[in-house]
Amino acid sequence: MTKHETVSFREAQSRYKGIFAWIFSTDHKRIGLLYLYSIIIFFFTGVILGAAMKLELLAPGKTVMDAATYNAIFTLHGVIMIFLVVIPGLPAIFGNFMLPIMIGAKDVAFPRLNLLSWWIYVIGAIIALSSLFMSGGPPDTGWTFYAPYAFKTNTNMLPAVIGAFILGFSSILTGINFIVTIHRMRAPGMTWFKMPLFPWTLYGTGWIQILATPIVGITLLMIVGERIFSIGFFDPALGGDPILYQHLFWIYSHPAVYIMILPAMGAISEIIPTFANKSIFGYKVIVISTLAIAFVGYFVWGHHMFTSGMSGTALYTFSLLTFIVAIPSAIKVFNWVGTLHKASIQLETPFFWAASFLFVFMIGGLSGLALGALATNVHLHDTAFVVAHFHFIVFGGVGFAFMGAIHYWFPKIWGRMYNSKLATSGWIIFFIGFCTLYLPMFFLGVSGMPRRYYDYVERFHGPNIVSTIGSWVLILGLVIIVYNLIRSAYKGEKASKNPWGGRTLEWSVDSPPTLENFEEIPVVTRGPYDYRKKTEA
Amino acid sequence: MDKQDNNHIIPYKLYLTVLAGLITMTIVSVGVTKIDLGNLSVFVAILLASSKSALVLVFFMHLKFDNTLLKILVTSVFILVALVLFITFLDYNYR
Ligand code: HEM
Ligand SMILES: [Cu+2]
Repeated sequence: MTKHETVSFREAQSRYKGIFAWIFSTDHKRIGLLYLYSIIIFFFTGVILGAAMKLELLAPGKTVMDAATYNAIFTLHGVIMIFLVVIPGLPAIFGNFMLPIMIGAKDVAFPRLNLLSWWIYVIGAIIALSSLFMSGGPPDTGWTFYAPYAFKTNTNMLPAVIGAFILGFSSILTGINFIVTIHRMRAPGMTWFKMPLFPWTLYGTGWIQILATPIVGITLLMIVGERIFSIGFFDPALGGDPILYQHLFWIYSHPAVYIMILPAMGAISEIIPTFANKSIFGYKVIVISTLAIAFVGYFVWGHHMFTSGMSGTALYTFSLLTFIVAIPSAIKVFNWVGTLHKASIQLETPFFWAASFLFVFMIGGLSGLALGALATNVHLHDTAFVVAHFHFIVFGGVGFAFMGAIHYWFPKIWGRMYNSKLATSGWIIFFIGFCTLYLPMFFLGVSGMPRRYYDYVERFHGPNIVSTIGSWVLILGLVIIVYNLIRSAYKGEKASKNPWGGRTLEWSVDSPPTLENFEEIPVVTRGPYDYRKKTEA
Repeated sequence: MDKQDNNHIIPYKLYLTVLAGLITMTIVSVGVTKIDLGNLSVFVAILLASSKSALVLVFFMHLKFDNTLLKILVTSVFILVALVLFITFLDYNYR
C-alpha cells in the first residue's frame, strides 16, 4: 500500500493548490461538496427572502415592504429554492458523493462532465440572480413564469429565464452521468437487485432529468422568443395560446417534483433500515414503486391547471392519473413503517429526521389528494392551502430527508462525529417551528386566503401571526443545526468506519474515504440490507 | 463488455432507399398541409416526423445493430413522448 492510498480525499494532492484543488477537481467527492457549499449559500438566501415575506404577512396592509417588492421576493424565493436548491439538492450533493461508493466504484463514469455540470450550475445561478442588481429589478411573475404576464412585465425576465435554461444543462449532465455510472460501473456481484435503494432512486431521477429537462429548456426559449420577437406562441392577441405555456411548463415541472422527492425517498430508505437494525421491508416493491413514480409522474402535470380552462376530458383524465400516482408513494410509506415494526430502533438524530419525514410527507401527500380532486381544487387552487401542501412535501419531505442524510453521512464525509444532543435539540426546535409555520396555512387556504398577495383582510390575522412566529422558531432550529455541524466538522470526535452499523458499501471504507474510495474493488455477495450476521466494523 | 461487432457492412443501396423514403415523407408532409384534415392534421404531421426520426435512428444511427437494452430504452422513450402528446391532445381536441 502506498501512502497515496491511505490519506483521505481531502488531503490527497493534485495538480492544483488551495481553492483550485477544489474548483478544478474531478473527484466525485469534492464535486459533491462543492455542490453542498454552493447550495447552502443559495438556501440561506432563500430562507432570508422567505422570512421577509412572513414578516410582511405579520399584519394586514403594508408592514415592511410594498406590493411590488413582495412580488419580486416571492419570485426570487421560488426560483432560488426550486431551481438552485431542491432540484440539484440530494442528487448533486449526496448522489455525487455516495453513488460511486455505494455501488463499489472509484468515481462516476464521466468525472470531467461532472465538474462541468457544477460550473454550468454556478454560471446559471449567477445569471439567474443578476437581475437583482439591474435597474428594473428581479422578475415578479412567480417561479412559474406564466404567460402572458411573463412577456408583458417590465422587470428583468430574461436573466431569470436564461439562467434557468442554463441550469437545465447541469441537471441533464448529472442525470446522464448517474445513469451510465449505474449501468456500467457496479462492482462485480452487484446485480440490479443487490443495489442499495438510494442509487435506485438516483437512477429513476436520472431518467427524469434527461427526458423532462429539455422540455422546460425549449419552453423558456419560447418565452425569450415571445418577449424579443413577439412570435405569438402564447399571446392570444397574436393567435397564441397561454394554456399551451402552462402545459409545456408543467410537463417538465411536475416530473421535476419527482426529481426532488425520489432521491429524498432513497435517503430515507437508507436511514430507516440502518437505525432499525433490520433489513428493509419489501425491497423489490420499493424499487418497482420508484420506477412507477418516475413513469406515471410524467402524466399528471395537468393537475396544476384544473382551473385554467382545459377540456373536461383532460380534467378528469388528469385527476384520475393524479390519484394513481399517489399509490406508489403510499406503498413506500407502508414499507418504511413495516421496516420499523418490531425493530430494535437506535434513537439517533438521523432517525428522528427520518421519522418526522414520514409524518410531514403523509400530510403533504394527503393534502395533494385534496388538491387532485376536481371539486375541491376549484376552492383550494391558488390559496395558502397549495403553499402549505408543497412546503410540507418539498421543505418537509425533501428538506427533512436532506437533514436526515447530512446527519447520517456526516461521519463518513467529514470523518468526525457531531454533538448529538445539540443536533437532536436543533431537530425538535426545527420541527416545531416547521409545523407552526405551515399548518396554519392549510387553515387559511380553506377559509379562502389567496397566495401571492402582500396583504389580507383582518379575518386572516390570527393564523398569520402564528405562522410568522413559526418562521422564527424554524430559523432558530436551523441556526443550532448549522452551528453544530460546522463546529463538529473541525472539532468533533474522530468517527470510526461504521458508527451506525450500516450495511451498505460506504460504511466499509474509511471515514473520510480515500481518493479512490476502495483499495480493491469489493466483490458483492449479499443484498444491500443484510442484517442477518454482523459484519466486522 | 458487450460484443463489439461494429463492423457490419451496410450496402449503399439500403442507405439510398432510406434516403429516398425520408425525402418522400418530407414532400408528403409539405403536400398534406394543402388538404384540410381538421383535427387530424397535427396527428399526421407528428406521425410523419416520428417515422422519419425512427428511420434515422434505426439505420443511420445503427440502432438496428445495437444491443437489446438500448433498443428497449429508445422505444420506451418514444412511447413516453407519444403518451405525453396523446394526453395533451385530450385537452386540445375536446375544448
Ligand atoms: C401524493 C402525491 C401528490 C399529489 C396528489 C399532488 C397534488 C398536487 C396538486 C393537485 C397541485 C396543484 C394545486 C393547485 O395549484 O391547485 C400541487 C401543487 C404542487 N405540488 Fe404537489 N402533489 C403531490 C406530491 C408532490 C411532491 C412529491 C412535490 C414535490 C417534491 C409536490 C410539489 C408541488 C408544488 C411545488 C406545487 C405548487 C406549484 C405552484 O403552483 O407553485 N407535490 N400538487
Ligand atoms: Cu404536480
